[in-house]
Amino acid sequence: MKVLILIGNVPDTNTKVKFNADRTAFDTAGVQWIINPWDELALTRALEVKEAQAGAIESITVANVGRVETEATLRKALAIGADKAFRIDADPADAYTVAAQLAPHCKEYDIIFAGVEASDYNGNAVGPMLAELLDIPSIAGVSGFNVENGKAVFTREIDGGSQTVTAPVPVMAIVQKGIAKEPRIPAMRGIMMARTKPLQVIPPQAVDARMKYAGFDLPPAKAACKKFTEEQARELIHALRDEAKAL
Amino acid sequence: MSVIAYIPNQEGIIKKAGFELASFAAALAEKMGLQAKAVVLGPMADEEMKKLGQYGIAKVMHDANESFGLLDNRATAKALATAAAEASVVVLAHNNEGKGVAPRLALRLQAGYVSAISGLPSSVEPFVVNKVVFTGKAIGHASINTDKKVVTLSFNSFGLHEKAVDATIEAFNSGCSASDFALSVQQTQKVTGKVLLSEAEIVVSGGRGMKSPDNWGAIEELANLLGAATACSRPVSDEGWRPHGEHVGQTGKIIAPNLYFAFGISGAIQHLGGVSGSKVIVAVNKDPEAPIFEAADYGIVGDALKVLPEFIEAVKELKKSH
Repeated sequence: MKVLILIGNVPDTNTKVKFNADRTAFDTAGVQWIINPWDELALTRALEVKEAQAGAIESITVANVGRVETEATLRKALAIGADKAFRIDADPADAYTVAAQLAPHCKEYDIIFAGVEASDYNGNAVGPMLAELLDIPSIAGVSGFNVENGKAVFTREIDGGSQTVTAPVPVMAIVQKGIAKEPRIPAMRGIMMARTKPLQVIPPQAVDARMKYAGFDLPPAKAACKKFTEEQARELIHALRDEAKAL
Repeated sequence: MSVIAYIPNQEGIIKKAGFELASFAAALAEKMGLQAKAVVLGPMADEEMKKLGQYGIAKVMHDANESFGLLDNRATAKALATAAAEASVVVLAHNNEGKGVAPRLALRLQAGYVSAISGLPSSVEPFVVNKVVFTGKAIGHASINTDKKVVTLSFNSFGLHEKAVDATIEAFNSGCSASDFALSVQQTQKVTGKVLLSEAEIVVSGGRGMKSPDNWGAIEELANLLGAATACSRPVSDEGWRPHGEHVGQTGKIIAPNLYFAFGISGAIQHLGGVSGSKVIVAVNKDPEAPIFEAADYGIVGDALKVLPEFIEAVKELKKSH
């Protein structure tokens, strides 16, 4: 099976979020970029399966839509263990443009993994949109993946439980926490090898975005916390009922 | 032209998230001068669907095909596209199904899509909606520039608004046949007797300050008394003290209950991102400098293990006095 993992290039989760002066764009100055956390977990799980079962997974490709500065993130995915990468040289204006840029280049893969959302704009659309463009099924809330007797088996979270699900390939899996315990960290050997792994740059097509951000605001400041002592714990519960009307 | 709400069908039952979507669709339809409709897929009794009328839904379109229970996102998107052929806006829940279906539906309708919106549009022309971005660190004003729009609504962000009308139920043929359903479910594990984190109005959560998984009895007791769900911080789920499904925070679940208790949670930026939508936050932590106190409305600088029994007794007393 050929596996493709979509890699989001997002600000480190510790980033203090700032915007430009008129608050129309995210200020990227000084930002550290990382692999979108769920994409990294999907890559980790695909590698675990590839290593545990010879022949189950033939190759792991990683891909993104972004300019040259996002290549470091793809190289990190190669260093973690992906076999090859491709980058479509366009600005990821919205989820639709990203999915539309990717679609013509994703037809050869059996399983495509996408993270449940990106930790920057908290969208969740690239994976399902790409699946729709390719007219393949997609499975949401995937928290487990294995290959059994040559068939892909997924665990997915549903309201109030979980299910084991199979689907014919090609299939899209939308991945959430739980699919791998912890993301794999690249080793020195992996970093050296990543330098010579293929990273293909593909020119973009003309695609128009369907949504945009007109502006941003920081969340309103919260009122100061009302402090109680350990001895006043019961009074706090009373305040929750009488003052906050939360009980 | 209409605004359509896709109502989650939880084994024939409509839960709060479904009525919230109905309320939202009715309010948006009124704002845009359109009709509010709902779509229900899979088996459900007419009396259950009629309840949507209490929240302003005039017409419910129903395809009872039980295969929709497979949660095959491609098939569901196809069915909704049929129902929404003349719709201006389609709103779905921001649950796993909604997240998986809505983007596919948007492509079928050639509609712009925004996920996890937090209320009515601030402007209809152009269509601008607010949503949390950077996991709670900012609010984005998202503008959709297509004729049709698809959105998902964050749970508990709009609330229930009664507006009684008589809902008519109309069977519709979504055009989905057996060949449209590609997924096959091998096994289902249901969690029973617990309040679900995704739909809880009160959440009681513990962090490393709880010291040991053996101390979770008090968290569970308080949660039971309050009809609340239990949750935890990332280190707790990473240590295996609690299942990963209870992890709230940036990479776990993002929740917005009416009341959130954080016991022994310091409040790393990633944790706050997952809970900052909560209406009231109560924090108990030994460290007075813990960042959780910046997000909290009420706090105790102290030992969670000492405070929990006090809270439990206080809640028991309140219940008795009722």
